[in-house]
Amino acid sequence: MTAPSTRPTRKKIGRARSAAGPDPTATSHRRVEGEDRPRAPIRTRGLTKTYGDLVAVDHLDLEVQAGEIFGLLGQNGAGKTTTILMLLGLTEPTEGQARVVGLDPARRPLEVKRRVGYLPDAVGFYSDMTGRDNLRYTARLNRIPRDEAEDAIDEALEQVGLSHRADDRTEEYSRGMLQRLGIADALIKDPDVLILDEPTTAIDPLGVTEILDLLRALVSDRKMAILLSSHLLNQVQHVCDRIGIFAAGKLIGQGSMGDLASRFGEDVARIEADVETDSDSGAARVREVFAAIPGVTSVAAPRRAGEPWSVTVKPAGDSTRVRRAILAAASSTGLDLTSVRELPPSLEDIYRRAVERAAHGHARDVR
Amino acid sequence: MTSETPAIEQPVQRPRRRDEAIPSRRERSVPRAGWMVVSGKEFADQLRSARFVVLLFVLGIAAVIPMYFTADAIRTAASNITDRSSLFLSLFAFAPTAASTGIQIPAAVDFVRLVGPLLGVAFAFDAINGERSGGTLPRLMSQPIYRDDVINGKFAAALSVIGLVLVLIVCVIAAFGIIRLGIAPTAEEILRLAVWVVVTFLYISIWVAFGLLLSVLTRSAATSALIGFGLWVVVTIFGGFITGFVGGLVAPISGTLDQQAAANALQQTITRLNPSTLYFEATSALLNPQVAAVSNPSTIGGYQQAFQRVPSLQSFEQSLLLVWPHMVTMLAITALFFAIAYIRFMRQEVRA
Repeated sequence: MTAPSTRPTRKKIGRARSAAGPDPTATSHRRVEGEDRPRAPIRTRGLTKTYGDLVAVDHLDLEVQAGEIFGLLGQNGAGKTTTILMLLGLTEPTEGQARVVGLDPARRPLEVKRRVGYLPDAVGFYSDMTGRDNLRYTARLNRIPRDEAEDAIDEALEQVGLSHRADDRTEEYSRGMLQRLGIADALIKDPDVLILDEPTTAIDPLGVTEILDLLRALVSDRKMAILLSSHLLNQVQHVCDRIGIFAAGKLIGQGSMGDLASRFGEDVARIEADVETDSDSGAARVREVFAAIPGVTSVAAPRRAGEPWSVTVKPAGDSTRVRRAILAAASSTGLDLTSVRELPPSLEDIYRRAVERAAHGHARDVR
Repeated sequence: MTSETPAIEQPVQRPRRRDEAIPSRRERSVPRAGWMVVSGKEFADQLRSARFVVLLFVLGIAAVIPMYFTADAIRTAASNITDRSSLFLSLFAFAPTAASTGIQIPAAVDFVRLVGPLLGVAFAFDAINGERSGGTLPRLMSQPIYRDDVINGKFAAALSVIGLVLVLIVCVIAAFGIIRLGIAPTAEEILRLAVWVVVTFLYISIWVAFGLLLSVLTRSAATSALIGFGLWVVVTIFGGFITGFVGGLVAPISGTLDQQAAANALQQTITRLNPSTLYFEATSALLNPQVAAVSNPSTIGGYQQAFQRVPSLQSFEQSLLLVWPHMVTMLAITALFFAIAYIRFMRQEVRA
């Protein structure tokens, strides 16, 4: 699959400033029709980057489809930023290859960068220029004609909620506003792929919701492919369609939350139940009733009044049955049950377990 | 799945979305190189910056003060000497003595020799590391431009600003001479002045390229400014001592007359490692047609010839021939600094 698609890009090596000849993406579209699956805007095969002895990225296989948000999760120094730089053609891979919008970023960085919006980690702007002027500069660098650029700038500023401060110098911006401006900056070129390095750090919680909603809208309306890296687990969990867990340069797990939970979870489900109890004896009865249900491994009483009971179920597949059983038990024993719900698997648990497992596996490989 | 060509099936939000499937068309229609966009922005930035205003002010003072005192001296000189062909050029090269205090004031060219390097370093010392510390470099690099467009554009912008300042100041001095003193330049004087502007430009370019190199090599703008200005002080104040000292060690003047002459010539070559010396020699040959040689003879025969020579005015071509090697050398030093900066920049990691 990769071999035929590399051919049109190989013809022109080096600095082909005027892209003459048949358009490579047009041909790739035609080629795609024969395939059963659309080509992913971001694909890597065995992508590797080493700095001396240090392996920053180790044989990475990654695919991000159009219309999905992929979250790259990992500790600092896990290789997230290096991966992103390779996808943008800003660093050359030591081994393996990457395809972004069907092009090799190492060979045709300009065309890739023309169609990929990038928000760097700790984004900065020229502090003596206004937000709008900073975006104008980006538009000029992208060779967007002036009148189109003004429309695009207005739209992008509107989308990130910065229209009212657009004509202030960026030195007066807060960290969160710079982050928003960075997202607007990445949107100016109307990209097919958006790569965001820590997009929500420094943005306040309400702003984060706005930004994440915006990302969702971009994905559903414009069918963008979004790759974001983050260490804020709960945000990643909420906004991403799929998640890749990155540790020591390796992608140790990828998939939807459900996939990851079944792979790295303990195969337990957590159910919360709100029960009105008026006395200690009532609480003891609740515990008794819950513990009697088959499949329940432990029952935790609320630490404070008003908090729910927590029930652990193993295996996780039994959770629906247990939930029904709780309802049935409540009605038959006369418990004052007000609600029952299943807790989504915690990404934090999954992440910790995946990293631990990878670390152990790695240790075994070495010895 | 229909996600491969998003441009077609979704309602057109913006007109430019339509040609998204053929991304190269727009780039063909606007054939503008990335470095020109970068240098355009940098040029505008420099002109609005405080350092531009300050340096223009400093250079303006450097131009106006000698001119004020030169005016009197030239007026008296003009009435005495009528055959001197370089009267207009002495506006630039004449070092007047203030009549009231008796203090000799450096000529405009000496001021340029002193302040030029400062100007060069000031416009380039934070070119790259400023972008790095501001966090703008990764963003800039992720735009569809080549990596060298950044450094080329910045170099071009700094040189443009300096060219502008230089031409401006020369024009002010020349206009003052023409209007206030009524000395009109001859065609040859204009040519000499033009070449002098080019030589000065090359001289300052060395320092621009050096400042750029510092901005690539150091992480913080403060460090590169400190190194750049420190070196400027060392070169302009102690440069002559240092090259003289090294020359004395390498080629002590001893032995036969011919050996002494050869050693002397070698010492002069060593002093020319200092760009300031190169510039001084080139300036004196260009602005004073009486200067017939810039190099000391390397043989006794050469000295004899030099003494026998009838003092005469050099033509423009002869003077140009004298300073040609100086110009090429200055260009080479600039190219060397820029090449090192370029290579180092291309190999650096993008991330901060």
